[in-house]
Amino acid sequence: MELLVYGIINSITLSLVSLGFTLVYSISRVPNFAHGALYVASGYLTWLFLNEFMGFPYLLAILLGVIITSLVGAAIYQFILVRIRGMEISEIIATYAIGLAILEGLRWGGLRGGTFVLPAFFPGSVSILGVSVDYQRLIIVGAGILTFIILYLFTRLTKVGLAFRGIAQDERAAMMLGINSDMTAVLSLAIGSALAGLAAVLLLPLGNIVVEGGYNVLVFAVAVCVIGGLGSWGGVIVASFIIGFAQIMTEYFISAHYQMVVALLAIIITLLVKPSGIFGKQKELEERV
Amino acid sequence: MRKERIDRGLKVRTEGIYAITSAREILYLMGPRILLIVGLLALPLIFELAPYWKKVINIMCAYALLALSFDFLANYVGLVCLGGAFFTGVGGYFAAIFNVELGMPVWISMPLATVTGAVLCTLFLLPCLPLRGVYFAIVTLMYPLLFTRIIEALNILGGTNGMTGLDALPNAYAENYLIIVVALAFLFAMRRFVNEDVGLVLRAVKDNDQSVRASGISVTRMRIIGVFVAALLGCFAGAYIAHLYMWAGISLFALDFSIIPIAAVVIGGGGTLVGALIGAFILVPLSEVLRAFGTFRIVIYCIILTGFIVFKSEGIMIFLQRKYHQFERWVKV
Repeated sequence: MELLVYGIINSITLSLVSLGFTLVYSISRVPNFAHGALYVASGYLTWLFLNEFMGFPYLLAILLGVIITSLVGAAIYQFILVRIRGMEISEIIATYAIGLAILEGLRWGGLRGGTFVLPAFFPGSVSILGVSVDYQRLIIVGAGILTFIILYLFTRLTKVGLAFRGIAQDERAAMMLGINSDMTAVLSLAIGSALAGLAAVLLLPLGNIVVEGGYNVLVFAVAVCVIGGLGSWGGVIVASFIIGFAQIMTEYFISAHYQMVVALLAIIITLLVKPSGIFGKQKELEERV
Repeated sequence: MRKERIDRGLKVRTEGIYAITSAREILYLMGPRILLIVGLLALPLIFELAPYWKKVINIMCAYALLALSFDFLANYVGLVCLGGAFFTGVGGYFAAIFNVELGMPVWISMPLATVTGAVLCTLFLLPCLPLRGVYFAIVTLMYPLLFTRIIEALNILGGTNGMTGLDALPNAYAENYLIIVVALAFLFAMRRFVNEDVGLVLRAVKDNDQSVRASGISVTRMRIIGVFVAALLGCFAGAYIAHLYMWAGISLFALDFSIIPIAAVVIGGGGTLVGALIGAFILVPLSEVLRAFGTFRIVIYCIILTGFIVFKSEGIMIFLQRKYHQFERWVKV
């Protein structure tokens, strides 16, 4: 029972973390290696607003943290990526370098040790099916499901969302219909970064804000996206459930140290068996060379 | 008015082998190469009185090898390797195993570690080779992190303390000249290699993989060759560093070994191979000067790196080559 409950929670956590990465990749085709850094940065910003500056109320601090992260994401595209669009090697190096600069800059700036903790939204815990689960984890599950529903509706009902899907499916055809590719990409990075920030403020109350968290988040996000098929949304959900349960099982039966090994093994098996991922049908031909 | 670039007459005359008639033309061709070789060989003598900087020369050349490996992979095979530390780590640990556990002397353990390490790295990277470049970047990014975790968790290979007691190289000159000669040899060998038949096919893989496939050549096999060669360079650097410090530990998988080579290539000029060396020769001493900043140095590299990619993507070497081979003048349009 414990396996089931914590498996579901872990899976939704993973999908929250990787949603931003897959959104950016599917729309603008930029592998955003700064994703983990934005995650940590958003948590740190929220902490700053909460404790250092003025002591904003928690909700406002969270909002500000997420919005600033999203602006940073947009700025990364607007000022840097737009100049090297389409050069895959440069895109990868640039986003990776920006991510490293943010993470190591934070580490240098004093983000060390266990002093950086965000408080839980509501303290306490409740018993579900005989397993005690704290409220924060329940909120994560709720928020995760809510985010998925909102994103689903957003991409199907609003004009911007439809433009996103158009660009993701066929960039040239979408441009012919008057959709601005660069503008969409900026928006996608803004939303992707906001999702990273959202994941951070939801998940970080469970632990400390540490720089290593950024690398872990990046690795897990990438793992989920590769297994689900890069750029596929349904794939993200399925893949995060696969990895989520696999991780909880290894943690339960073997040791918590192997979480990353599980992720990497899953990637390698996927690449060997079905390189386009579980749901990567649409772009299957492009993935193989 | 617009700027016009014209090849120097000297360059045109020296392009064909038969045209070389005067000492000046020979000097024009050989000058830069000889400058690099002699300059590098003289470095340890110049810094004779500064033993600290003699050590820096070693590290500098090791990073130059890594940068060479990154440049080759990125610009001639089309695979971006975000984890150069994977190569150094594997090479270093193999050297430690051969030297400490199996008791082999330095001059066997180092080459053997290079080759076995390269084979192992290629095997580990095999699953992502039939796919597009993004996957390679992702997987190479994960391996150094993963290996650090595994070594910590299982407490194998010395755990967090690392393996100590590797044999040192005989003396300071051997340390200097081994790595300098190897770096130069690899540089010129790679320049040949990319113009051989194999190298040409590798470049074709980067530019248009479908056409290579259509010619009945296996893209995966070509990439295996490319990765193996790059891993050879990286693993040698790792094995050398392990012997230099007489220690192999998880810091061989550290971020520095991944990011400095990338920055060096971008600064030096991607695709020139020499540029990778020059970038490393600029960055590594810089990083020694900035040692007091600690991890902030990585931020500095990243900012320089991003700046170069965005504003000066050709890099130093291509810029210098242009100045050397061509002159510019304003013409009326």
